[in-house]
Amino acid sequence: MTDTFEIRDLHVSVEDKPILKGVNLVVPKGQVHALMGPNGSGKSTLANTILGHPKYTVTRGDIRMKGESILEWDTDERARRGLFLAFQYPCEVPGVRVSNFLRMACNARAGRELDVMEFYEKLEEKMKKLDMDERWVKRYLNEGFSGGEKKRNEILQMLMLEPEFAVMDETDSGLDIDALKIVAHGVNELRGPNIGILIITHYERILRYIQPDAVHILVDGRIVKSGDADLATHLEQHGYDWITKEVVA
Amino acid sequence: MSTPVTELLRSHYKEGFHDDLPIVRAVPKGLKHEVVDYISDVKGEPDWMREFRHRSLDLFLKQGLPDWLPGLRDEIDYNEITYYVSPVEKPQRRWEDVPEEIRRTYDKLGIAKEEQKLLGGLGAQIDSEMAYHNIQESLAKRGVVFLSCDEGLKQYPDLFREYFSKAIPPEDNKFAALNSAFWSGGSFVYIPKGVKCDIPLSVYFRINAEQFGQFERTLIIVDEDAFCHYVEGCSAPIYTTNSLHAAVVEIFVKNRARCRYTTIQNWSTDVYNLVTKRAMLYERAVMEWVDGNLGSKRTVKYPSCYFLGEGGHGEVLSLASADRGMWQDAGAKMVFMAPNCTGRINSKSISGRTGRASYRGLVQVRPEATNCRVQVNCDALILDEQSRSDTYPVMEIKGDLATVEHEASVSNVSEEQLFYLMSRGIKKEDAVSMIVNGFIEPIVKELPMEFAVEINRLINLQMEGSVG
Ligand SMILES: Nc1ncnc2c1ncn2[C@@H]1O[C@H](COP(=O)(O)OP(=O)(O)OP(=O)(O)O)[C@@H](O)[C@H]1O
Ligand SMILES: [Mg+2]
Repeated sequence: MTDTFEIRDLHVSVEDKPILKGVNLVVPKGQVHALMGPNGSGKSTLANTILGHPKYTVTRGDIRMKGESILEWDTDERARRGLFLAFQYPCEVPGVRVSNFLRMACNARAGRELDVMEFYEKLEEKMKKLDMDERWVKRYLNEGFSGGEKKRNEILQMLMLEPEFAVMDETDSGLDIDALKIVAHGVNELRGPNIGILIITHYERILRYIQPDAVHILVDGRIVKSGDADLATHLEQHGYDWITKEVVA
Repeated sequence: MSTPVTELLRSHYKEGFHDDLPIVRAVPKGLKHEVVDYISDVKGEPDWMREFRHRSLDLFLKQGLPDWLPGLRDEIDYNEITYYVSPVEKPQRRWEDVPEEIRRTYDKLGIAKEEQKLLGGLGAQIDSEMAYHNIQESLAKRGVVFLSCDEGLKQYPDLFREYFSKAIPPEDNKFAALNSAFWSGGSFVYIPKGVKCDIPLSVYFRINAEQFGQFERTLIIVDEDAFCHYVEGCSAPIYTTNSLHAAVVEIFVKNRARCRYTTIQNWSTDVYNLVTKRAMLYERAVMEWVDGNLGSKRTVKYPSCYFLGEGGHGEVLSLASADRGMWQDAGAKMVFMAPNCTGRINSKSISGRTGRASYRGLVQVRPEATNCRVQVNCDALILDEQSRSDTYPVMEIKGDLATVEHEASVSNVSEEQLFYLMSRGIKKEDAVSMIVNGFIEPIVKELPMEFAVEINRLINLQMEGSVG
């Protein structure tokens, strides 16, 4: 059980305000878990904390990858060691071409200067998978991208970087039906024994394309219920009300 | 003397070395009329020039600094500066004839190699004089003149006198007066009618002496329908004292001619860089200033376009990076004196590690200049809280039907951008570099490849170690 991604009793504050209040979660490699929960429950906080965003302070608990605590690692080191976050709101970096950025990122992840031809071949392959044309990578990073394009661009990065553990924060929001299918297809190809994935979502729809091994529900900074894929279906029909009641009861 | 700070700077500024060069000629330090006479004697100048120099020195001593220019009042002790130093006898036309020590200096700067990259001509000034100045045979045959300014005066006395100081008289400003008194070196360029000199003429300015004033003077005449691209670069050692570089550059772009003047200013943080650059545009002339300021202690420089003839077009692309110990006071000036002219100013500045960048711009549309159009864009990127950026645009619009657009922005390297890039494995300093390079990309992509590469190299060097 060492090849897992583990979150233990995680407490996180933002500007001294406690947001996560003891999250426990284990995602073994090879599995896909879904994380659902009402707005403001702390899902993105968890995602950002996993990558070490400086605004989020871990006040208690631990995050472990393959048995090793990652809390001391800087964000860039976490990424080089195989963590990935597909952002809910990817930010724009004017003047930086997607291709240059991806090459820097891939070199960093590989720990060496990759052969340029090799890199571009791989890039072309992944872009084809995501139904992107070659003009895409000449654009400036997320600048002027539509909401859906930004999301797709996140998945392109994920496919290029081949993480060991990835968090997808509401990648499905803002994608049209065709784009969602394309993205799901890309993720499914990446899926396998060497990667663990945590999908944060509000909708069961994406989970129809990417079947999760488990579904967790986060309410007010705690995981209050876990179950199989049926839990998502149930949520879709009944909302969160019944859970909150169940928890209080 | 080395201090920890100079050591630190040296590690990022590879041009910061100095060489012990034998001095061929020098004057005692200080502002003196005898120095003016000495320079005039050494150069064997006509009387009118000697008188011009003396008059200019008087003007300098009388003239105050303009009110809008902050600082500088008591910073420079003009009597501690040496106004003429030459480690060379005269400019050579063959690189082999340049004294070996000086060739070694230029080797270290990678200058000799430059010429092999097919420049139309190359000049190399060290302290007060040109050590080397030569032009490709094919261009010389087409009548292109590319000489040191001193040689220009000797060989083309009438042409020289017709234009010299006509764009920038010594009365213009205090530093123009100082240059006019002590000028030495710089280039004299004449492109005959219709000749397109499409390979760049390039000059490199090196200061080696300490507490020294370099007063390069450049005069460029691009005759009707001709084209010229002139490129200058520069550097200086790191001492703990200050030097002065007060250049005057005058350009005349005649009817339908075009001139592009590119500067990559990389002085050490010992150098006060107080430069006046002005182009006179005749009918439908095109002038492009590409002004990259990446070094110096203080730069005061606003490349200007004066539209004398109808239908001219002027551009200033200004790029300033103010690192620790620097204040880049850069910008542009456009003065419209004829109808139907267009201008564009595009300025980007970066300030980091206590550096300071100011954009100062003047757009003046005189009453007779109807139907002119000008677009000003200035963006500043501030890397940290210790650094500073200011914008001082002045617009005086008197001409009818003028279209003036002005856009300005100030941004920071945001935590979110850094987090985003770092979350992909990119190290913090590389992430900052990326953001900075992205910020200047719109200007850099308009530059020829080799300058773009050089500017990116210098910026990346500055970014190294600029984040904690
Ligand atoms: N950077 C921040 N600064 C201040 N408050 C924050 C920050 N990040 C999160 N919070 C606060 O923490 C709480 C949880 O926010 P978070 O973004 O984690 O929710 P979420 O579950 O992702 O919600 P959504 O479903 O709307 O995306 C909210 O109250 C939010 O305002
Ligand atoms: Mg969220």
